[in-house]
Amino acid sequence: MGIKAERVKEILESEKFKTLVKKRITVSITLTVIMLIVYFGFILTIAFNKEFLSIKIGEHLTLGLPIGIGIIIFAWILTGIYINWANKKYDKAVRELRNEVLEN
Amino acid sequence: METIQTTLGQVNIASIIIFFSFVAVTLGITYWAAKKTKTTSEFYAADRSISGFQNGLALSGDYMSAASFLGIAGMVSLKGYDGLIYSIGFLVGWPLVMFLIAEPLRNLGKFTFADVVAYRLKQKPVRIASSIGSLMTIIFYLIAQMVGAGSLVNILFGFPYEIAVVIVGIVMMAYVLFGGMLATTWVQIIKAVLLLSGATFLVIMTLSQFGMNPINLFEQAAKKYSDAVLSPGGFVTNPWDAISLGIALILGTAGLPHILMRFFTVPDARQARKSVFVATGFIGYFYILTFVIGFGAMVLVGQDVITSIDKGGNMAALLLAESVGGQFFLGFIAAVAFATILAVVAGLTLSGASTLSHDLYVSVIKKGKTDEAGEVKVAKIATLIIGALAIFLGLVFKGQNVAFMVGLAFAIAASANFPSLLLSIIWKKFTTKGAVASIITGASLAVILIILSPTVWVDIFKNPEALFGLKNPAIISMTASFLMGIIVSLLTEEKDASEKFEDEKLRTYLGIGAE
Repeated sequence: MGIKAERVKEILESEKFKTLVKKRITVSITLTVIMLIVYFGFILTIAFNKEFLSIKIGEHLTLGLPIGIGIIIFAWILTGIYINWANKKYDKAVRELRNEVLEN
Repeated sequence: METIQTTLGQVNIASIIIFFSFVAVTLGITYWAAKKTKTTSEFYAADRSISGFQNGLALSGDYMSAASFLGIAGMVSLKGYDGLIYSIGFLVGWPLVMFLIAEPLRNLGKFTFADVVAYRLKQKPVRIASSIGSLMTIIFYLIAQMVGAGSLVNILFGFPYEIAVVIVGIVMMAYVLFGGMLATTWVQIIKAVLLLSGATFLVIMTLSQFGMNPINLFEQAAKKYSDAVLSPGGFVTNPWDAISLGIALILGTAGLPHILMRFFTVPDARQARKSVFVATGFIGYFYILTFVIGFGAMVLVGQDVITSIDKGGNMAALLLAESVGGQFFLGFIAAVAFATILAVVAGLTLSGASTLSHDLYVSVIKKGKTDEAGEVKVAKIATLIIGALAIFLGLVFKGQNVAFMVGLAFAIAASANFPSLLLSIIWKKFTTKGAVASIITGASLAVILIILSPTVWVDIFKNPEALFGLKNPAIISMTASFLMGIIVSLLTEEKDASEKFEDEKLRTYLGIGAE
């Protein structure tokens, strides 16, 4: 691939690359934790506070219904947030770094 | 007692015509794909020519099995809200696949997820261990699908079970053998479109009887049965059980070999992430549809009619199709359900074959030294082996209660495949011995504990009391797998591997050198 070993080391140790990796890990972990909290929060609510999800919001309709459907939509929105961040911010930094590596 | 008016179980001409047209079209595609399937990259990964959107559809095709269509709709029709809890568990694994796995997997791997686990570790032991995890997941999943196919066709068309199993086996082998990943991908895409449009149409037909307002449908269901159908019921009784099942479903999704393999079909990490976004959207939409379909069946068909045809409620969606759309629509939905099984089984077989050929034969036996043509030949032989095994297992397990096997496949995927994959991506100090210990611990604990659990020990072996209290072992087996991986790695330093971790970063994060 014709990339010199010193050049690789230089990039790996550059602030720019380190920030990129750090940022990527922070975003991934944050979104993962949010998803897990929402899901297991839902499961634990069912286990310990069924009454909450059975609260009536219509003649028969319960609060559990919009919450359940809401979690499905929320999961999808989270992937949208990630993809939006990655396409706009992450990919840009990746392109710049790639060019730096491959130019030399 | 209401009289049951259904043509289920009789030969449905519409259904047979639609199903055989599906087979004819997909075999046509296979013929086209066969011309483009010569090299290993073409056979295993469709030469990385699939777009993010197409792969997203194919991923949803791989994931929306007949069990999730018929099974979840049935569960909703009988239990109401509880069915929704189950489908939510199946969905929330997808965002995690995106945040943690998809891009590094695409950048580091070549054809199988074991490529990533073994990337900087010693090839032989790691490949053997991850092949065990992979093959176990695939085989248990296959058994559930094949037995499901046989029984479904038996109820739907009145064909004998054995004939159905053999037809599914032979057709799917034709896809994989001749058309490789390209044909398999298009089979998944067509099936996903058929299933999504069929389910959408079923929902529209159903809602048209409720003023196009789902709330009216839910209110009607509560009036006809009781308010309980709109609230969580007995699904979560023991919180530990629920958490353990949740772990298996979420992390298992991120460890299913046939799903992970699909990420190698796209050109780069950007398309890999896009495919998860598309897949999550379609799968989520599909689960919302099945929820409405379940309630539709509950109100329009009635629970006693549904259980009189099948105790588990598996025929609810089909009975609803017949009730709102007549015999032709029943035939359409039935054919789609059968096509669904065919597509899922093809994906599983391709993934099993690549484990046998790429991970075991080429990387372990030949130590990476084979030529292109040789490897494709071996991959095709492996396809025949897995295909024959699928037919054999389908016949052997006839009439057995195999519902737990999907849960077991997810538990193994969450406990054997996922921990080693994640640790190899994020943890510098992960070692060969750590990886092997993690995989073996996860896989064996998952199997042993499920045998001792109420699901098998009580329900199948008919013992009075289970030796292990939880229905799904993932909380124990997944935790143990992570712990073993970490402890053993800390005890067995591997300098080579941790040095390579730094170099690999360029590939993981920037995609430089990715295949």
